[in-house]
Amino acid sequence: MAEVVGCICTSHVPAIGGAIAKGLQQDPYWKPFFDGFPPVRDWLSKVKPDVAVVFYNDHGLNFFLNNLPTFAVGAANEYRNEDEGWGIPSLGTFPGDTDFSWHVIQSLVNDSFDPAMCQEMLVDHAFSLPLKLLWPNVASGDTWPVKTVPICINTVQHPMPSAKRCYELGAAVGRALESYRKDLKVVVIGTGGLSHQLDGRRAGFINKEFDLMCMEKLVNDPQALTRYSTNELIELTGTQGVELVMWIAARAALPGRVNKLHSNYHIPISNTAAGLLLLENQPKAHELPRRFG
Amino acid sequence: MAQSLQAQTSDTQPIAGTTIFDGEQAAKGYALNRMCYSFNNAANRQAFLADEAAYCAKFSLTSEQRDAVKRRDVLAMIAAGGNIYYLAKLAGIVGLDVQDVGAQQTGMSLADFKAKLIKAGQ
Repeated sequence: MAEVVGCICTSHVPAIGGAIAKGLQQDPYWKPFFDGFPPVRDWLSKVKPDVAVVFYNDHGLNFFLNNLPTFAVGAANEYRNEDEGWGIPSLGTFPGDTDFSWHVIQSLVNDSFDPAMCQEMLVDHAFSLPLKLLWPNVASGDTWPVKTVPICINTVQHPMPSAKRCYELGAAVGRALESYRKDLKVVVIGTGGLSHQLDGRRAGFINKEFDLMCMEKLVNDPQALTRYSTNELIELTGTQGVELVMWIAARAALPGRVNKLHSNYHIPISNTAAGLLLLENQPKAHELPRRFG
Repeated sequence: MAQSLQAQTSDTQPIAGTTIFDGEQAAKGYALNRMCYSFNNAANRQAFLADEAAYCAKFSLTSEQRDAVKRRDVLAMIAAGGNIYYLAKLAGIVGLDVQDVGAQQTGMSLADFKAKLIKAGQ
């Protein structure tokens, strides 16, 4: 059976793509952000997951307002990152796992979720940059060490799914992962946030106190974050800070207890408070090796 | 009952300096956002730069939208139904990044806007 090994949550900002392309990782502006990642990479190289399930939001690469799903699951052999219009280099293609994707979709529908099913799906920086941050040495054209299952949540147009609904989606995805018949190790990734607002006279809004509270709650009490309505989240974290729901969904896919292995938080990256969180899934009691058997 | 009504009210209360991109805004801004979505393609970006008025006409922008685009006025584009994710693609063509856009919308200099963000981290 598939095993969920852990959860990684990180911010995504297009400017990170520019910084990677220009090799600015040790530039004073970028260093506090990029220096957060080596412990996560070390964990990944130790654990070696086979599949990454990625909760992210599309910013107008694959989906437009003519047909905008609330939830969409990729079911393709590969996912391409393309020109997003704001001048960051494309990061090529990422391998899919169609068998796993269809299992997730079937399980979600059985569980009363009704996602769009995408056999073609472009993935934008919210998907590609976190993978590039986690596996920086994969060059364009190389084989990725993980296959991927993209799960896109609408945070462009209201009404958006609530934090509670995204938590429930994540929990349903967790049940799907655990019921997959193949012996695979799965890492769940949530990308977005933390507090930021790009639009309006309130542009530049940041809420450090709320972000740090969320990062703490995500470890042992993620359900506490499901009490916020979408509008309350906008007020507390900014219009784009609402991407916090990706973190909530990713965390909810780990049903039991978790160990926090690493975190980082830095303000600002462009207009954004950037967070990073690595949680390791604790095996359930019945799966622990017997000590006195 | 009282609680659910209260929850409903708090969910529709306006947030200062913030436009909720709901169905009404999305319908109003459809032409503008559709034009901006086309800027994922480099040839379309060049076509816009080559003849801005013709490109706006091709996407049937309203006069309010055309005027906001002409003046590079992001707040006016949002008032005309623009969504920042699509508008950012247009901003990129005319050489503005999200920090320039933030400074413009808040009436601050770019240096002051950046300083405000750094201060938020302290």
